[in-house]
Amino acid sequence: MRNIPIALAGGVATLAAGAAGAQELNLICSADVVVCERLVTEFEASHDIAVNMVRLSSGETYAKIRAEARNPQTDLWWGGTGDPHLQAAADGLTAEYQSPMLEELQDWAVRQAEISDYRTVGVYSGALGWGYNTEIFEEKGLTPPQCWADLLNPELAGEIQIADPNSSGTAYTALATLVQIMGEDEAFEYLRALDANVSQYTKSGSAPVKAAARGETGLGIVFMHDAVAQAEEGFPIEVVAPCEGTGYEIGSMSLIEGAQNPDEAEVFYDWVLGADVQSIMPEAGSFQIPSNVNATPPEAAPDLSEITLIDYDFAQYGSTERRTELLARWDDEVGGVGVE
Amino acid sequence: MIRDDRRLDFMLLLGAAGLVVLPWYRIRGGFFGFGWLGDWLSDDRLWPGLAQLFPDRWWLWPIPLLLLAALALRLTLPPSRRGRGLVLIGAAGLGWMLVEGLSVGLRGWNWGLLEATFGEVEGQQAYGAGAIVTALAFAGLIAAGLAERGALKGDAFVIGAIGLLVLLVATFVLYPIVSMFTGAFQDYDGSFTAEGVAKNIGDPNIWGLGCLTGGRCGVAWRTFTLAICTATGTTLLGLAFALVATRTRVPFKKGLRLLTVLPIITPPFVIGLALTLMLGRAGFVTTFIEDTTGWTLGRWLYGLPGIWIAQMLSFTPIAFLVLIGVVEGVSPSMEEASQTMRAGRWRTFRKVSLPLMAPGLANAFLIGFIESMADFGNPLVLGGSGGVLSTEIFFAVVGAQHDPARAAVLATVLLGFTLSAFLAQRLWLGRRNFATVSGKGDGGRPALLPRRVAWPVGVVVALWAAFTLFVYGLILFGGFVQTWGLDHSFTLEHYARAFSVDLSDGIAWTGVAWKSFWTTMEIALIAAPLTAAVGLLTAWLIVRQRFPGRGIFEFALMMSFAIPGTVIGISYVMAFNLPPIQMTGTAAILIFCFVFRNMPVGVRGGVAAMSQLDPSLDEASLTLGASSPRTLRRVILPLLRPAILAALVYSFVRAITSISAVIFLVSAKYNMATAYIVGLVENGEYGIAIAYSSVLILVMIAVIGGFQLLVGDRQLRRREARAAAARRTEEVPA
Repeated sequence: MRNIPIALAGGVATLAAGAAGAQELNLICSADVVVCERLVTEFEASHDIAVNMVRLSSGETYAKIRAEARNPQTDLWWGGTGDPHLQAAADGLTAEYQSPMLEELQDWAVRQAEISDYRTVGVYSGALGWGYNTEIFEEKGLTPPQCWADLLNPELAGEIQIADPNSSGTAYTALATLVQIMGEDEAFEYLRALDANVSQYTKSGSAPVKAAARGETGLGIVFMHDAVAQAEEGFPIEVVAPCEGTGYEIGSMSLIEGAQNPDEAEVFYDWVLGADVQSIMPEAGSFQIPSNVNATPPEAAPDLSEITLIDYDFAQYGSTERRTELLARWDDEVGGVGVE
Repeated sequence: MIRDDRRLDFMLLLGAAGLVVLPWYRIRGGFFGFGWLGDWLSDDRLWPGLAQLFPDRWWLWPIPLLLLAALALRLTLPPSRRGRGLVLIGAAGLGWMLVEGLSVGLRGWNWGLLEATFGEVEGQQAYGAGAIVTALAFAGLIAAGLAERGALKGDAFVIGAIGLLVLLVATFVLYPIVSMFTGAFQDYDGSFTAEGVAKNIGDPNIWGLGCLTGGRCGVAWRTFTLAICTATGTTLLGLAFALVATRTRVPFKKGLRLLTVLPIITPPFVIGLALTLMLGRAGFVTTFIEDTTGWTLGRWLYGLPGIWIAQMLSFTPIAFLVLIGVVEGVSPSMEEASQTMRAGRWRTFRKVSLPLMAPGLANAFLIGFIESMADFGNPLVLGGSGGVLSTEIFFAVVGAQHDPARAAVLATVLLGFTLSAFLAQRLWLGRRNFATVSGKGDGGRPALLPRRVAWPVGVVVALWAAFTLFVYGLILFGGFVQTWGLDHSFTLEHYARAFSVDLSDGIAWTGVAWKSFWTTMEIALIAAPLTAAVGLLTAWLIVRQRFPGRGIFEFALMMSFAIPGTVIGISYVMAFNLPPIQMTGTAAILIFCFVFRNMPVGVRGGVAAMSQLDPSLDEASLTLGASSPRTLRRVILPLLRPAILAALVYSFVRAITSISAVIFLVSAKYNMATAYIVGLVENGEYGIAIAYSSVLILVMIAVIGGFQLLVGDRQLRRREARAAAARRTEEVPA
């Protein structure tokens, strides 16, 4: 027992060991873990930089870099929906950087950089839609909904799932999209009507379509690439793009302000925006649209030219005040209880 | 008197080493890498404290001066007269280190007022090995001084242990919690605001009682109901398992123990997933029932019923581990006395055995209650729309709303519930005496269960065991099929991707899981013995020593357990990211988090087991001239073997399976298995997630077996062994 103090003192200073001197990069990746690992492997094969990667959801990452703001432990944040990136940019948590690769990017990716004063940039995008379970629809003799309005059909009572916008960026995008399509009051009226059909407001954004894939619910409102991923796995999921038009997310990337390895981070930043790199993403099971103009989009991905995209106002709906206001109204009028 | 001098000399030497030899500040490459030894003289960042004085860090001067003052006392005064001085010097040293550490940050003064008064200064790094050793030396001076003054019978070991624990609890439990609560009153830019707290504190979503009138209750009441149900259920089931394991002649007892251990070594989410596949709307059991009976069961699993079942599976084993030591410890001689006086077996059981198990039952209930409140993985998968407090806190922090004030309010509610449960338990047990293991001759085998108890208990245990086995079979199965729930053709692909090894060029760990796997093992193996040691030492102090502030001390300890992991995680990041103590991005922060989060279970188990040990045992040892460390080592510890094992196993397993705190504390370099698995589950990669979990489960079983061998069984009574030997000899001739 006498050794306890010594052992504890040891623990205090323990294990901060590491390769001092060698080039390294601390990366937080907020996309699918398979994609993250693929990127790191490819990068390490072509560069002499050791990458320490951890996968955290974008909300977790935002909370972490915010808590670490005065002494950042992360250099680069790749992937994850754009809103937390914009919020981090607005809070000054991320650093300004104009990559030479910007010229090769799609307009929406560059616009993401412009509205954030070049503190973040778009790396991929995906449109909102839903996936339904064909077996359940057939068995119950339901007509597959093609438009937002069809979702109000009383036949679908208890068959729809969508995430809670308080916890999920996906569901917040859906809320903001509906507000932009219909106008705020009408959108909340719609959501109150939809509430009668929603069995559960899940916590995670992609959970609804995973539940639909396994037959736990009939239909899940999610980003279409999440639905495609389930269909590609072989589940009986059919992907739908709403006829009235739909919103989209811009998966983003940001350099952390005050990072310990800013140079290495910039190397990765430029590299990952390249067309070759973005073209290998579908091999890792990612079905989003790449941001580099020259990259080949995945075959299974929904063709953006066939989808009516709205002119999503990221500056307005990404701002803290607008978000707080919409979420408060959602809490009051819809409430997230479901009909279970 | 010579002993006093020797003790003081040791503390002074320790202080000198900290000040003159070891690097004072934190080394980025890590102290135990020993890469710093080469540059020790040339690099001024590696200089010891004394050398740091001379560029211009004048605020360190009081530290060598105080140590010199202690040396002067040592040389001039006898032990009887210097105690008070030593206490003052030690306290002043610790106090000064705290003040200067918090005042001077990385880039100079932390507060504008100080800069205006004293002018600009150079910044300083976080404390390193030298500073920590010196701080320990100051703490040692206080202990030595108090001992020389005769406090606690002049026992320096006891005083030192108490001092050290107080220091650690203040740093790793209270400090982070305080920084979290200050966060509740801060706006986005850090300025003071009470608006967020005021808005959340009366929120009907938290406190609503609508369910009494057919509506929906607030999250606080839902969580409370769930916790009561889980605590009751796990305590009863745990007791049933403990009784069957010790007091029946059921075969396969070893297997039974293994089975009860299974659920706690299961990483989060996995049980929830398996239950979904079985009992969800499209689960095969649900489908079977719907097909045969024509009922529509639907989605009953999502919400409180589902979480309750998953929690019963997860936490019954913890109740079992707490209760088995207590049930074994109930002295058979009491029961024999009762039976000699003509009480039947049932009456004996009800009036003697059960009441003697009361501390164990109360502890098991308390742990079940707190575990249920703090549980995160199960509610996340099975929670339905409502959620419980712990998930609500998580999403208040990381969700789209980013509302730290709401998180703090919810955390306070959660803390209120758990602390009330703790107080209620204290009140109920009170000062009653449950000691039955004493030095006096003690004989007999534990009585078998009365038949009217044995039958129902046996049936319940058998059913639950079958259910657990089935769930685990399902999980194991999930790792070997192409896509769980869809394509059930056999494959080894998931294991290959996670754990492949390339032997062509030495051993290369090519699987994706290896990195987080080795980190997890390393951290868990360091954390487990530390947790057990700290926990049992604390239990011994609480039960056996009378010192002022004991109640508060015990209370502060329970707090770290009662706070949900999410809050701990965030508060650790906030508290330990800047000097004076900087640990983010290292393995140390994970280890400390595990030690102080899991220690309360060691403490509860130790307290329960120790309240059964008659104090006359220690007194006898002390009277015969053994020192208190020796008494602890030779008398108490051997009698506490089940408690030690429980603490070791629990902390090891928890370090591997806990998730909510870990998610914030993992860094790119130190990633943990659970954080990795959660990422897989979130993205629907169930195959690899389950393959990884299955391997973790097997590894944990192996390590737990190793602990069991290492710690050994306690020998309470000779009779049992002899009787068993006698039985064996009887069998042989036949």
